[in-house]
Amino acid sequence: MKIWNKIKSWPLLLPVVALILVMAVNIIHDAAVGDNPLSFFMISLRDTTTNGTILFGRIIDIINRGSEVAILAIGMTLVVSASAGTDISVGSVMSLCASFMCMNLAGYGVSSTTTLAKPLIVGLLAAVLMGALCGAFNGTLVSHLSIQPMVATLILYSAARAIGLLLCNDLIVYVRNPSFAFIGAFTGPIPTPILITVVCIILISVVLKKTALGMYIQSVGINAKASRIAGLNSRRLRFLAYLLCGVFASLAGIVASSRITSADSNNIGLYLEMDAILSVALGGNSLGGGKFNLAGSIIGAYTIQAITTTLYALGVSSIQAPVYKAIIVIIIVVIEAPPFKAFIRKHSAARATKGVKA
Amino acid sequence: MKENAILEMKAIDKVFPGVLALQGVDFTLCAGEIHALMGENGAGKSTLIKVLTGVYSKDGGQIYLKGYDKPVIIRSPQEAQKMGISTVYQEITLCPNLSVAENMYIGRGEGVRVNWKKINEKADAILKSLDIPAKATQQLSSCSIAVQQMVAIARAVDMDCKVLILDEPTSSLDEQEVAKLFKLMRDLKERGVGIIFVTHFLDQVYEVCDKITVLRDGRLVGEYEIKDLPRVQLVSKMLGKELDDLSDISGEHKKFQAEPNTPPVFEAVGLQSDAGIKPFDFYIQKGEVNGFTGLLGSGRSECVRAIFGADRVLGGTVKKDGNAIKIAKPIDAMRNGIGYLPEDRKVDGIVGELSVRENIILALQVLKGFFKPFSRAEAARFADEYIKLLDIKTASADTPIKSLSGGNQQKVILARWLLTHPEYLILDEPTRGIDVGTKVDIQKLVLKLASEGMSITFISSETDEMLRTCSRMVVMRDRAVVGELTDDDLTQGKIMSTIAGGEKKDE
Ligand SMILES: Nc1ncnc2c1ncn2[C@@H]1O[C@H](COP(=O)(O)OP(=O)(O)OP(=O)(O)O)[C@@H](O)[C@H]1O
Ligand SMILES: [Mg+2]
Repeated sequence: MKIWNKIKSWPLLLPVVALILVMAVNIIHDAAVGDNPLSFFMISLRDTTTNGTILFGRIIDIINRGSEVAILAIGMTLVVSASAGTDISVGSVMSLCASFMCMNLAGYGVSSTTTLAKPLIVGLLAAVLMGALCGAFNGTLVSHLSIQPMVATLILYSAARAIGLLLCNDLIVYVRNPSFAFIGAFTGPIPTPILITVVCIILISVVLKKTALGMYIQSVGINAKASRIAGLNSRRLRFLAYLLCGVFASLAGIVASSRITSADSNNIGLYLEMDAILSVALGGNSLGGGKFNLAGSIIGAYTIQAITTTLYALGVSSIQAPVYKAIIVIIIVVIEAPPFKAFIRKHSAARATKGVKA
Repeated sequence: MKENAILEMKAIDKVFPGVLALQGVDFTLCAGEIHALMGENGAGKSTLIKVLTGVYSKDGGQIYLKGYDKPVIIRSPQEAQKMGISTVYQEITLCPNLSVAENMYIGRGEGVRVNWKKINEKADAILKSLDIPAKATQQLSSCSIAVQQMVAIARAVDMDCKVLILDEPTSSLDEQEVAKLFKLMRDLKERGVGIIFVTHFLDQVYEVCDKITVLRDGRLVGEYEIKDLPRVQLVSKMLGKELDDLSDISGEHKKFQAEPNTPPVFEAVGLQSDAGIKPFDFYIQKGEVNGFTGLLGSGRSECVRAIFGADRVLGGTVKKDGNAIKIAKPIDAMRNGIGYLPEDRKVDGIVGELSVRENIILALQVLKGFFKPFSRAEAARFADEYIKLLDIKTASADTPIKSLSGGNQQKVILARWLLTHPEYLILDEPTRGIDVGTKVDIQKLVLKLASEGMSITFISSETDEMLRTCSRMVVMRDRAVVGELTDDDLTQGKIMSTIAGGEKKDE
């Protein structure tokens, strides 16, 4: 009974249960089609002609493909906590950052290149700068002009891709240079995006550990007035959350762009804002702001990716996949809804009292 | 059920993680009686009420209601209301963005088609009959806390109730408003309504109540007729020990002597804020305790908010040790050594989902800086120190503050500001919702801190509390400072006449 109560109040319960469910579906499916039931978990080394010896397996694939969502989920978690709203522009901002980076790396108006016009680092910094700029724009609208987050970020959601196309002279810019492609490829046997994600997670963990950011953002998200009386600057903190969200979006954009060695304005980061928001919700965070749980969001992100990958493995076409994701969203939202929680509580309470009488 | 009883609660248990909030509590309410529910902070009063109104489900026991032959199961406040149980909760639970009338009638199953004109008229009539200074169409947030509280009561009263529950309804009302409320309660009593009244004001208990039920640490101490239980006994029943004598405080109270030839630690000249107070002057010496007094809404809180930079300052200067300083926002005041315990704990004080520990260290952390977070061990040490010092009842320092009892939440916010060791501490209603025993402790603490050199401004609706602590009082009326009382002038009568204005000075 005690242990059960502990488990019930464990903050990572929802994302972990969801992840286990996805794994279970995989195991059952594999067993049903006559594969090794544990093939989902198998990791092996394979030789390839292009990348040498690399790690191979469905899990590796999920963690690799989930990198962008995981990176976005970090920033999204902060934004949700601080402002009780979501940044729906992150997918478009990813794309804009990628375009700006590739424009710098290829030179304006060049549609395809194998040599870099500027050092790689300049391109990367350009992307991060653009992300910070977008984040600052959103942050200003939300924190200083008090515009609803959804409306404020709608501006870049619809405009950022077009700006990206403008920067790229309406072209899909290809940068087929090995030093750039490396970011989306392999470091030794390990996919580089995984390493980048790990670095991002370590980075934010260090920031949360070495500064009071976590407590401040949660405090402002829970009660902005009381936070102000206690000396916090709630505007500045909200702004900071959006700024960081923009920076993380740019990092995700760099990874996505490097995977395809190009800046495909119309496709990079498409619908990823939804996955990022979903990760935060699945991670057990209230979209109403306040307390956040970063570990939950990150597990949530990989769970989303696992769902996507599993759907493909089950033969669901990529066009239909959103339908299934939508169903999952509905389930999560219902589970998290206060009336449903109250219903469950009342129900289990009623059962408990019946038990006493009997 | 006992004859004449309209409500009986038997052997009620309620368990929260780490807390036995109620253990086998019995409670009986008869028709046409006003029944006080008394106990220290965290004794379980609000919990008992929330069990009765279906906010919490009970873990044991039965509830009997007149007119039902079986124990009733109350699953929600709506169900409680249908059974004739109306409640005004300790923390105001209305919607600030809605109008007064909307707040009074919302969620009452009026159907889809609502005749707002009729409802507004009905609301206005009730407001008028209760003498509540609010209009039906006014947005609730534009009313003072006291008026909001009255609206909550009006909402409950209008619901044809058999049982009316009032959980600390008077803690933000002034004397006249309390008198109005009592008249209302007596009227309802005449009509056979049973009223449960929770309060920390002993005077009020002896003024209106017929019976008293005392709780201590989640257990029933007993039920008493008011005439059988003198005040001193009531207090010792609540505390489980004798109350420290108040007289030693008054004895301790020395006349304050400022150091000669030193400027006041803090001084405000022509200070004005956007909260609508007239420009005012104010000063405080090192080690002095002074206070603002005046009716509710006279601008007491607005003055101290202006000093702290909590409202937008429009003009005037603040000086520290004779030198002008700039205070535009709370952090500026904090950096200059000022601390401020706000009047409205729910809106300006607690950060609900954060733990008691985080709530305690918040202000000190902000002062220390963004890049120097307290380690968990340091934070825990501070929290434990103050939990002990102020005797805060909480399951652990990790408990979210919102699950503490009202009085204990108040102590946490007090701890937050004491921890910053300010030179000048502003306490706006620090004892609101605090039980009698702790009230005395807080008054003593204030005097002790002052004797160690802290300057303190103390605001309280209870004049005797201020008389016991303050050596000088600034009197306010109609949002302006109208006088100052010191030494021998510090008597209840003198304060009252200054507040009332003696000979009227109409503009
Ligand atoms: N939702 C909750 N979760 C956990 N503990 C709770 C919750 N509500 C109340 N408690 C605990 O139950 C105990 C009784 O609290 P309650 O609010 O009933 O006290 P009270 O008598 O109303 O005190 P006060 O005079 O301060 O309002 C306290 O120790 C409190 O911390
Ligand atoms: Mg209470």
